[in-house]
Amino acid sequence: MGDCQPIIPAVDIFLQQIFNGLTLGSIYALVALGYTMVYGIMGLINFAHGEVVMIGALTALATAKALLAAGVPPPLVLLLALLVATLVCMALGAAIERVAYRPLRNAPRLAPLITAIGVSIVLQQVAMLVWGRNYHSVPQLLPAGSYEILGAQITEVQLIIMAVAASTMLGLMQLVNRTRLGRAMRATSESPAIAALMGVDANRIIMLTFVIGSGLGALAGVMVSANYGIAHYHMGFLLGLKAFTAAVLGGIGNLAGAMVGGLLLGIIEALGAGYIGDLTGGVLGSNYQDVFAFFVLIVVLIFRPSGLMGEKVAERA
Amino acid sequence: MSPRHRAFAGTALIAIALAVLPLVVGNTLGNTWVRVLDYALLYIILALGLNIVVGFAGLLDLGYIAFYAVGAYLYALLASPHFGLHWPAWAILPLGALVAGFFGVLLGAPTLRLRGDYLAIVTLGFGEIIRIFLNNLNQPVNITNGPKGIARIDAIGVAGHPLAKPLEAFGVTFPGVTLYYYLFVLLAIAIVFVGIRLQDSRIGRAWVAIREDEIAAKACGINTRNVKLLAFAMGASFGGVAGGLFAGFQEFVSPESFGLLESIMVLCMVVLGGMGHIPGVILGGLLLTLLPEAFRYGAGPLQQAAFGRVLLDPESLRMLLFGIALILVMLYRPAGLWPEARHRREFAEKK
Repeated sequence: MGDCQPIIPAVDIFLQQIFNGLTLGSIYALVALGYTMVYGIMGLINFAHGEVVMIGALTALATAKALLAAGVPPPLVLLLALLVATLVCMALGAAIERVAYRPLRNAPRLAPLITAIGVSIVLQQVAMLVWGRNYHSVPQLLPAGSYEILGAQITEVQLIIMAVAASTMLGLMQLVNRTRLGRAMRATSESPAIAALMGVDANRIIMLTFVIGSGLGALAGVMVSANYGIAHYHMGFLLGLKAFTAAVLGGIGNLAGAMVGGLLLGIIEALGAGYIGDLTGGVLGSNYQDVFAFFVLIVVLIFRPSGLMGEKVAERA
Repeated sequence: MSPRHRAFAGTALIAIALAVLPLVVGNTLGNTWVRVLDYALLYIILALGLNIVVGFAGLLDLGYIAFYAVGAYLYALLASPHFGLHWPAWAILPLGALVAGFFGVLLGAPTLRLRGDYLAIVTLGFGEIIRIFLNNLNQPVNITNGPKGIARIDAIGVAGHPLAKPLEAFGVTFPGVTLYYYLFVLLAIAIVFVGIRLQDSRIGRAWVAIREDEIAAKACGINTRNVKLLAFAMGASFGGVAGGLFAGFQEFVSPESFGLLESIMVLCMVVLGGMGHIPGVILGGLLLTLLPEAFRYGAGPLQQAAFGRVLLDPESLRMLLFGIALILVMLYRPAGLWPEARHRREFAEKK
């Protein structure tokens, strides 16, 4: 990097940023699904979703540490930790829906937003009381190898994250588009009253939506801590905000949109952080990485409020 | 007594109470608590500003603290050794109101079409962007001094006397915090007055009309674009003034003071107190500054007394209770603790 070459983006660096962006994007997409499912079915931003992801990550970490100490083999540890985290998050999602959102379903829109903020503060503080303020390092459970493609490194962890995210999303699409439950979910999101007339138990469907979204959140939490190697009580906030941005970018309420938005945002962030220094002649550095998400969000909402793949939903907001 | 006399007597009583309060508090609980009162007044000014945007016009703003930051940094840059400028506070504060108002329009103009949750998220993003810039604008040219913040800011001076210094008058020594208290009380009263006049004005009614039904308001001939922008600008300029006062009072600013949590805190003052209702907002501001402070001092010793040791970190316990309080108030009093009569009726009808 030290020599003064003309600014031709080197292929290997570019590819590296794309790989990083795709990994990050897969995680954003998984978290964004949680937002978009809930928004699609009841028009509510579940502000606390980021904290659910954080709880998932920390629960998995605690479980994994306990099991490793007990001498359980690593592959089994990973599965069990994931299972425990998913179950905990699902229960948490159901509880949040029941306590903080259901009683306010017909209240003015500001009320559930405030309770959501309340829930996320509570979850964050509980996590801090349980796990402390420290950053926890995550034990290496996934294979640590890496491959080289055109000079860029791609780690096995990254590959696994992308594969798991992709297959989860495919599974979710099947669930929503092909099964009886999925049909009930789609009907409820069209019109809860009419769905109820057709014998759909709207309360049950809404709760299940929260449960599925939170389960995906737990998976995303495990992935993000595996990717960065650390977990802490404050990790949910920014992740949640960015995932929400991804959901809006893709068109909130639209499952495929959440995936596209997540991947796109991940790539924008990785490329942005990688090249902003060159583009602005060193005036702005990679410490502006977090600005991109918000900037993208604002631009999208101004020029295409329904997102890239969304239907016209801005009026409903 | 005629109603007129009674109103006059009431006002006089409140004025005397407000004037004596810091002296009593300072002599019984100590000057720390007068300082807490000062902060409470700053938050009340902020909350009254946000009340214009959220309460009157119904535009949910989650990045309000950005305007506070703009006002505070403007004061810090123009009255500190950082740039070697030492403007008088009375020149900076109106300028702060103007600049913050300009930022308000800057945020408002592109977001006018958005409503509800979307607006909330965009304003949240805007607030974070401002904070990230404050944090990083120390290179290549050092403007904000980055995360270290700007220190040694000039105190606000009144009639040539910097308020940070104690003042001897009428045979009593008034400490700096008390002097600031009087300044803030006067400004808060002025802002309450402006707020009340605004509320009952043509503009105030236009805001409420937009909040209740934008399309109907438009049909009635209200220029919704201008009126909404005005709400943003007004709210922002209140925030800018509060920010300038904060910088002069604290004599130090850093990006840390302007995080999302602060925005949420101010929003909660407005919502918990009673949106759009000025006495409610004042109540919300007082409760949310005084209770956590009381808790900060009380929680440790109380646990010590009850369990023999401090079980839970008072700081996170405080936040935990804050979160729980938010949920409970919204569940049981969704219109706030002291809502406006009209609001209360609306909520009653909906049930």
